Amino acid sequence: MTGGGRGQALRIEGLHKSFGDLEVLKGIDLELAEHEVVCLIGSSGSGKSTLLRCINLLEPIDAGRIVVEGDEITAKGVDVNRIRRRIGIVFQAYNLFPHMSVLANVSLAPRKVLGLSRDDAEARATELLDRIGLADKRNDYPDRLSGGQQQRVAIVRALAMQPDLLLLDEITSALDPELVAEVLNLIRELAGNGMTMLIATHEMSFAREIANRICFLDAGRILEIAPPAEMFSAPREERTRQFLQRVIDAGRL
Amino acid sequence: MTLTGGPLDPGDLIGLAGRRGPRRSRRRIPPGEALRSTAIALVSTVVVVGALAYAVTSSPNWPDVRDAFFNGVWFGYSWPLLVEAFGTNIALFVIAELLILPLALILAIARGLPGPVFFPVRLLATFYVDFFRAVPGLLIIAILGFGIPALDLPGVPNDEFFWAIIALTLVYSAYVSEVYRAGIESVHWSQEAAARSLGLNRLQAYRFVIIPQAVRRVIPPLLNDFIGLQKDTVLVSSLGVVEIFREASIIKAAKFNFTPYLAVALIFIIITIPLARFTDWLVRRDAARQMSNR
Repeated sequence: MTGGGRGQALRIEGLHKSFGDLEVLKGIDLELAEHEVVCLIGSSGSGKSTLLRCINLLEPIDAGRIVVEGDEITAKGVDVNRIRRRIGIVFQAYNLFPHMSVLANVSLAPRKVLGLSRDDAEARATELLDRIGLADKRNDYPDRLSGGQQQRVAIVRALAMQPDLLLLDEITSALDPELVAEVLNLIRELAGNGMTMLIATHEMSFAREIANRICFLDAGRILEIAPPAEMFSAPREERTRQFLQRVIDAGRL
Repeated sequence: MTLTGGPLDPGDLIGLAGRRGPRRSRRRIPPGEALRSTAIALVSTVVVVGALAYAVTSSPNWPDVRDAFFNGVWFGYSWPLLVEAFGTNIALFVIAELLILPLALILAIARGLPGPVFFPVRLLATFYVDFFRAVPGLLIIAILGFGIPALDLPGVPNDEFFWAIIALTLVYSAYVSEVYRAGIESVHWSQEAAARSLGLNRLQAYRFVIIPQAVRRVIPPLLNDFIGLQKDTVLVSSLGVVEIFREASIIKAAKFNFTPYLAVALIFIIITIPLARFTDWLVRRDAARQMSNR
């Protein structure tokens, strides 16, 4: 399912990352085609978040290469800020800027990084907020919104930079159950529009529905990559089976 | 509703407890009990203050002390002179504060610069802060105010007022930079991560995301240092600059009466208290705007 004729959005080769003596990523190889959605599953501490943070260069890597749309972003002397414009990331804890209105949150980077005028940036932000039904909240501060609304604003803030690739780091894990759906619906819509996404998630049924491929991470290694049907019905690895059994036992599948 | 606040009230962490949104009473007090509490507070205050007043005024030397410190005639005589001299103090602390706020911020940022390249910058900034916090302000004022004009360097001002401002700026920017630094460090690293992930460079992340949040959090301690600075402007009297304390001392020496000193104290109280209330209001307004009324 890597999509024959499509271009390559992301290629990771032999990625290693340690925090002190703790090796979190022990040689990751992964490719994403353009418009592909890949979900990363695995228990907490398996390295999902670290992998996403490495791709966005928020963490320096120890070894390996990361190539985005044909450009090696881990090469020496690349402009980190230029790379990050093309890769959006949404965090578990939203990380909205609490001292700015919703509109300012979404329009800050387009203004300061892309050099858009305030009017243009705010028009773009308002349009995006309108698409998620939050245009009327644009002058509110983030703390006045519900968790689901905040997370959708965070997604739109990343989209305002028109990234080639969107990384989602367990974006529904901090939400009340009844707020999860509104966030997942937005991701579903983005996938339908062809956004390339790498999604770390614990929402197995969502992963099964949306992903082109599922990637099981275990102790810093990709143990198994397969289309969802295969991964959930006939996992090859024993560790994958154990993990999925635990998920089923917990009632999350 | 509990009698004590929840243990995890985030407001407590940044010194804003009870200031989020409109004020709420923590528990409902029946009217009878409230009246009784007020009555008890009133009686006990009258008793305590009355006893203190009696103890002081019953001292055999009280009439002399009253004439020396609480003399209405000398108060009326010195008041306009002191208010006029206070203009010098205002100029000192306003100009110094305007220099301190940006200088201290630069120092705080310099101490936080990462990587080995900036090691000398960090080292210098740290040394600066350590040095000017260690040496008494009066010494810095004396050394700069007497020392540098004595050198008589060409092109260097010999004015005591000028060196007084420099000395106050050097000393207080060391304190204020530590306040800023605490504020910057209190902003969670995920805020910088979010800003950088959008493509903002480090400078932009600091300017638009980190610093605005840090400064909002440290407004009360910044005001604390500003009040300290206002009061320390009297140290400049040691250079012979005629500010309010110098003026009071001149009157005291000429009229053999200490009442001007009490007038000086009163003037400092009059300007400090409204400033403190204004800051409280500023912090409350900011918190109310950002926080929901949960």
